[in-house]
Amino acid sequence: MSSRFKDQEHLIRMGVLLLAGIIVFFVLRGVMVPRDFGEYGHYRGGALEDNRARPAVYAGRKACEECHEEVVAARKGGRHAAVGCEACHGPLAKHASDPAAAKPGRPDAKTICLVCHLENVARPAKFPQVNPLDHGEGKACSDCHKPHQPKIS
Amino acid sequence: MTSKSDRREFLRKSSKFLLLSGAASVAYASVAEGQPEKAPNYRMHDHWWGMVIDIDLCIGCGNCVRADKAENGVPLGPKYFRTWVERYHIPPGDLQHPEKEELPVVDSENGGFDGFKEKYKKGDGSKNFFVPKLCNQCSHSPCTQVCPVGATFESPDGVVLVDREYCLGCRYCIHACPYGCRYLHPETETADKCSLCYHRIVRGLTTACCEACPTGARRLVDLKDPNDPVHEFLKMHKVHVLKPQMATGAKVYYNALDGSVR
Ligand code: HEC
Ligand code: HEC
Ligand code: HEC
Ligand code: HEC
Repeated sequence: MSSRFKDQEHLIRMGVLLLAGIIVFFVLRGVMVPRDFGEYGHYRGGALEDNRARPAVYAGRKACEECHEEVVAARKGGRHAAVGCEACHGPLAKHASDPAAAKPGRPDAKTICLVCHLENVARPAKFPQVNPLDHGEGKACSDCHKPHQPKIS
Repeated sequence: MTSKSDRREFLRKSSKFLLLSGAASVAYASVAEGQPEKAPNYRMHDHWWGMVIDIDLCIGCGNCVRADKAENGVPLGPKYFRTWVERYHIPPGDLQHPEKEELPVVDSENGGFDGFKEKYKKGDGSKNFFVPKLCNQCSHSPCTQVCPVGATFESPDGVVLVDREYCLGCRYCIHACPYGCRYLHPETETADKCSLCYHRIVRGLTTACCEACPTGARRLVDLKDPNDPVHEFLKMHKVHVLKPQMATGAKVYYNALDGSVR
């Protein structure tokens, strides 16, 4: 065999090895990188769907208002009307999708009010705040105020 | 002899493998294409999400922190937050020597999860207010740039998300966030952060924190929706983002933000 280069055989072997390496790289890459990688950018497109899949825990006030019209009527015009139902009642998506299966408790009207209305200098001054030591004669807030329509008229 | 048959065997196997994996990937692609869209009415390219926070309305009740933990399964305890509330206390200071500025005192016991106990006195000349914080949903986010595997990214609708399946848990992004908005989830050992309740907003709901906020101090906004009141709000108010010098393209706008807030 006439060889043009010295040790031509080594070069060919190296070339074949390199080619095999490249092929293996692309095969592995095809197998291991998900198809949707790069669909929108340098990430797995399916990750968007994964993030969407979580069930909601808060139903949103629109859902509550569809069934509890009596409460909507009671709240109308009051300064609590803009407060979302679940701000006081807590997350109730389970109840909203099946009211019979998950019956919610009632918020404790003795303690819940102070979560928002307890006096604190860091609160905006125009927000209505009280100090329970000198407001309400030590009674439960709900003895005088209705939670859905707190103004005493 | 044996080496020759081995080689033939190898060639046969590897060519089979090549053919089959090619066929499999084609089959997989057609399956993936056949899958129905999960949220058919939601088109990512019609939205660009952000948030507006009005410091003048925040009462520090902690509803947002509790709602967020309930909605997103964030572990309880003072190390894990997707959103939290800080209390700023700015002592009166010496106005004739403003360079000797008193540093603000910031506290955030359990991230505001249990509300804030009164700590300061009325009429001592100090300024006190609450600042809710969360991921700023940056459009040029440092956290996504450092991820070595593409496990965190800015979605086409402007939300910075984490791919839990792809995340290695290397913590680069946690160090890269200039706002300290990320943590390592102790169970999955992957990075976690505010997703702007992505599962809610694609269904037309607002975020859990906004749902629970009694005063409207925080509002989810769609910056691509021409009918969103945010455009009027941004025009009529003097707003600011946190650390604008970092050029992160933050999309959480603060109204009435004091200069002392970092
Ligand atoms: C599909 C209709 C429906 C929706 C949506 C719904 N509810 Fe109800 N809710 C009911 C019904 C029916 C009952 C009465 C259940 C019973 O007595 O067994 C009830 C009971 C309650 C109670 C207990 C009343 C009591 O007497 O103690 C509360 C509190 C409540 N709902 C709050 C909410 C809130 C907050 C939401 C929004 C997240 C909501 N509900 C959404 C139908 C609904
Ligand atoms: C400011 C806090 C607050 C908000 C906001 C609020 N609730 Fe209530 N709600 C209460 C409290 C406290 C009670 C318990 C009253 C009691 O024990 O007498 C209650 C009781 C109820 C009850 C049962 C008894 C009743 O009075 O009818 C229903 C149903 C209810 N709420 C629904 C709603 C719905 C629906 C919304 C939103 C439209 C809402 N609530 C918003 C605090 C709130
Ligand atoms: C989740 C927070 C929250 C809770 C809990 C809450 N409130 Fe309120 N309350 C508000 C907000 C917000 C306003 C409106 C402030 C405004 O308009 O600037 C308000 C206003 C009021 C006002 C002023 C009403 C007026 O017309 O002057 C009263 C009184 C009041 N609340 C009483 C109560 C009582 C009693 C409870 C307990 C049943 C309660 N609040 C629970 C958030 C809350
Ligand atoms: C003995 C009856 C009584 C009790 C109990 C009571 N309040 Fe009041 N509250 C009043 C009256 C009267 C007013 C003034 C009339 C109004 O604004 O509705 C008032 C006003 C308020 C206001 C508005 C203050 C403002 O600056 O506008 C808030 C907030 C409030 N109460 C919260 C509470 C909370 C929280 C509790 C429970 C710790 C409570 N109240 C218990 C009678 C009561």
